[in-house]
Amino acid sequence: MATTGIENEDAIHPGKPVVVDRYNLAARINHWITAISLILLAASGLAFFHPSLFFLTGLFGGGQSARALHPWIGVVLFFSFAGLFIRFWRANLPEKSDREWLAHANDVIAGNEEKLPEAGRYNPIQKVNFWAMSLLIIALILTGLAIWDQYFYDWTTIPQKRAAVLVHSLAAVALICVWIVHVYAVIWARGTLRAMTRGSVTGGWAWRHHRRWLKELAERHRFKKPAAPAE
Amino acid sequence: MEPSPHTAQSNPPVAVTPANLTERDLVRRSASSVPAPVRQLEPVAKLIDVSKCIGCKACQSACIEWNDTHPAVETNVGIYENPHDLTPDMFTLMRFSEWENPQTGNLEWLIRKDGCMHCEDPGCLKACPAPGAIVQYSNGIVDFVHENCIGCGYCIKGCPFNIPRISKVDHTAYKCTLCSDRVAVGQGPACAKACPTHAITFGTKEDMKKLAASRIEDLKSRGYEKAGLYDPPGVGGTHVMYVLHHNDQPEIYSGLPKDPKISPVVNAWKGMAKYLGFAAMGLAAAAGVVHAALAGPNRVTREDEEKAEDLVKEKA
Repeated sequence: MATTGIENEDAIHPGKPVVVDRYNLAARINHWITAISLILLAASGLAFFHPSLFFLTGLFGGGQSARALHPWIGVVLFFSFAGLFIRFWRANLPEKSDREWLAHANDVIAGNEEKLPEAGRYNPIQKVNFWAMSLLIIALILTGLAIWDQYFYDWTTIPQKRAAVLVHSLAAVALICVWIVHVYAVIWARGTLRAMTRGSVTGGWAWRHHRRWLKELAERHRFKKPAAPAE
Repeated sequence: MEPSPHTAQSNPPVAVTPANLTERDLVRRSASSVPAPVRQLEPVAKLIDVSKCIGCKACQSACIEWNDTHPAVETNVGIYENPHDLTPDMFTLMRFSEWENPQTGNLEWLIRKDGCMHCEDPGCLKACPAPGAIVQYSNGIVDFVHENCIGCGYCIKGCPFNIPRISKVDHTAYKCTLCSDRVAVGQGPACAKACPTHAITFGTKEDMKKLAASRIEDLKSRGYEKAGLYDPPGVGGTHVMYVLHHNDQPEIYSGLPKDPKISPVVNAWKGMAKYLGFAAMGLAAAAGVVHAALAGPNRVTREDEEKAEDLVKEKA
């Protein structure tokens, strides 16, 4: 069994129900800084993308400040996401069983998880999401620097800036699509959001969606004292 | 339609004249639409006869004076251009090139007054994301409206001539206005007024084309067989035109593009990318809604919890 899919913070609290730690506080703060930056970037970026959405610059105090802030928020996102990348890239490496899991795409969509191979800490769709985000953010920061005229105007030629702005807009659209899938998946698979708020999930959630991860944790005796009973 | 007021008189009126370039004369407004104009102004044009230019830079001085800009004093680096390039404070620039004519062996000093060409199909306006930051009047003038400009530099990417410059002071884009404020009250541009050799003239586009034709005929009779008018069709024609002695090779005039047009990359960005983008984002969101409706939520069951509890009991 592969052993890539366990993070140091992961641990089982025996009890009724079983609770499994999934994201520690630092990971959660890191995630939410990234999420907030991404939403602000999407709002300001879409305002420049199409005139019908220009009103969104109002959220930033007008067109001038939206234009000035957008690239700085991008820098925040880049470094914040880099933090997530360092945390989670190992657990997102592809494995042999991923192919078989993806071959059951119909069962994934229908929610027949019992027909799928047991998933580790991340299932293949989450992995694709992770790597797509990573690559798109690299594309966005590079093309973003090329069109950050205030500081980097002289770094590129005008034809390069044209290509950069086109790639930047397409990559942003792709990233928003990936983000929609990410958010939808969290809403669809009930009980997921608490992993990023409280930092833990129930044992049943882990059993249902990431059984191999749960089994590995149990196998390695990653237990903590029972969770405090509900008040 | 109302008659067009005269915008191109050689002897402008001295009486107080109401401005005739108003909101209702707009034919295009960036990132927004305008109602159909109630009248069509006579298309105007500035004609720059390169063969008559002596490189005195009176046009630059007049431009600085009229627009009240303050270009920085720079260091002489051994070339004639001063300042070194168009800047947010220098809307027009004499560009000098020394060209050896391979046919005659003569050294020709080609001096071109660079600046906004006032394209009929303006790439800057097409690229601009800020409503009303770039406008085009029915007489052909393309103007930047600074209070609407957000300083993003998209106009720089849209322009086929590399003209707009972003100010580091107020973060808005600047370029030649064709002296829209003077034209609005029946005067010609400051540069045309200052030119001592009449290399720069201003009038209706039709008149300027006639004048150019007579100049080209004269140049041809003097051995410049390829003399011609630079009014590039790729951008729908321009409202600043050049008479060139070598119209077959405009690039020798400090890189004047031979067939300027809005870059296909810019067209893709402003056209296909938008439809594709909204379609993709819309589909992703719609897929979520449809899936939620058909599949319903994926809930953890009591059985799942029990299985987990059993596993933990067994291993703990």
